[in-house]
Amino acid sequence: MDIYRDTIIELYKTPLNKRRIEEADITHSGANVTCGDRVRIYLKLDKAGSEGVIGDASFEGEGCAISIAMASLLTEELKGVRVDEVLKWDQETLFDLLGTEVGATRIKCALLPLETIQKGLTGAA
Amino acid sequence: MAAATALLNLKKDFPLLVNEPTLVYLDSASTALKPRAVIEAVEEYYTNYSANVHRGLYDLSERATAAYEGAREKVRTFIHAGSSREIIFTSGTTASINLVALSWGRSMLKRDDEIILSILDHHSNIVPWQLLAKDIGCKLKFIDCDSKGRLKLDQLSKLLSRRTKLIALSHVSNALGTINQLTTLTQKAHAIGAKVLIDAAQSVPHMPLNVEHLNCDFLAFSGHKLGGPTGIGVLYAKEELLKQMPPVFGGGDMIREVHTDHSSWNDLPWKFEAGTPPIAQAIGLGAAIDYYAKIGMSKVRAHEHALTEYALKKLAELPGLTIYGPADAAEQSGVISFTLEGVHPHDISSLLNEEKIAIRAGHHCCMPLMDRLKIPATARVSFGVYNSTEDIDRLIEGLKKVQKIFKV
Ligand SMILES: Cc1ncc(COP(=O)(O)O)c(C=O)c1O
Repeated sequence: MDIYRDTIIELYKTPLNKRRIEEADITHSGANVTCGDRVRIYLKLDKAGSEGVIGDASFEGEGCAISIAMASLLTEELKGVRVDEVLKWDQETLFDLLGTEVGATRIKCALLPLETIQKGLTGAA
Repeated sequence: MAAATALLNLKKDFPLLVNEPTLVYLDSASTALKPRAVIEAVEEYYTNYSANVHRGLYDLSERATAAYEGAREKVRTFIHAGSSREIIFTSGTTASINLVALSWGRSMLKRDDEIILSILDHHSNIVPWQLLAKDIGCKLKFIDCDSKGRLKLDQLSKLLSRRTKLIALSHVSNALGTINQLTTLTQKAHAIGAKVLIDAAQSVPHMPLNVEHLNCDFLAFSGHKLGGPTGIGVLYAKEELLKQMPPVFGGGDMIREVHTDHSSWNDLPWKFEAGTPPIAQAIGLGAAIDYYAKIGMSKVRAHEHALTEYALKKLAELPGLTIYGPADAAEQSGVISFTLEGVHPHDISSLLNEEKIAIRAGHHCCMPLMDRLKIPATARVSFGVYNSTEDIDRLIEGLKKVQKIFKV
């Protein structure tokens, strides 16, 4: 599968932004019970600039290569983006970030971090 | 390899494997592939006598009824039940267990009665009892297992009380393959007047089984794990219990007389089979039983034992591979659960899929067991009569490739 490229494996083994943000404005947890994937996301809103821009983003959790790589890429991409923009992101955004599509059997793994972020954002808004 | 003589060579009997010769199917614990004889029996019914049963006064219906009831008789012989009145067709193991909970459980149990389950059990032997417990206020207790997934049956005396009314547990663990020894447990349960239900979904298809020797009160299994169609399963129960139990579903076939103000029930086993039953599925199950009976269940077990021994040895040679379960072919059926260090089970399964190797990854419908073992998921391989040592060699090659991709 195209998804298991070296870059994805690297992100799985040494994820980006895998840390806790102590003074986060939003934290939210999500899980795929069937797989045993769990993520917790931390978002810090940038109050200095225009309201509702994501200043810092991070995650903690355990899961498969797809969900962990996805969480890495997403938290990286989020920084500096307006909240209402993030709420519009969908599957296609994720495929662009990953550089490949994900098939039906694994789509839930790829979606978990984004769904968790969006739920955190709407819950907090 | 000493055990080589035990190995069967049956791939040719399975059309799916004939059509997909490069497929390595290692997920029989989930559902088993169908032998040609089963597909033909179902096709024969639909093509030449697809009438309803127990009603039509014409030849086709008579033939369908004979085939449907003939399948029941095959089940009876296969599991060595005393009477075909004790064989109820359901839609599967899940339905069989729910039937016991809804009928026997609701009518016989009271508030504060206790049911003992095991931590190895499939959700389908946990959730029906939780629903019942919520409904009537009875209590659930669990027999624990050790780190190798073996039940701590020595704890049983502590768990049993005069309130214990039922012990319900799996014969073979679908997640780890552990074969539970149930004779003493059944004796202890009966000594205090409790009943025993055995979830035999993973044992009936893989080893000789005799309900009279087991002396269980209820036993449930699914046709599809034995190479039969989906949508058919069996509940065996002792006749004296079935006589006392009220029906759960009402409708056609399960009644003797219906009046506007009351009805009376049909004889056993039909009292529990409301509506048009899964006729083709039962006939298909009968054909599956013929197929397995002809091989002989001791030979099936010997074949899967030999494969398990071979696979356990090969898997243990891979660095970073941890086996969950007894890791001893004498103590487990043809099911092996494992993890690979540095690779999530879902990634293992996806990458093996690329090599046309079908395995399962996840919690295997055993979330309490995964919690107990403190792991989120495992990869699981499980064998059937059609597997070979070559399949296991392909698995090992596949796993080495996974390790290479993940650089572990
Ligand atoms: C031990 C055990 N019990 C019950 C079941 C449920 O069987 P079914 O889904 O056919 O009702 C399974 C199937 O996965 C099983 O392995």
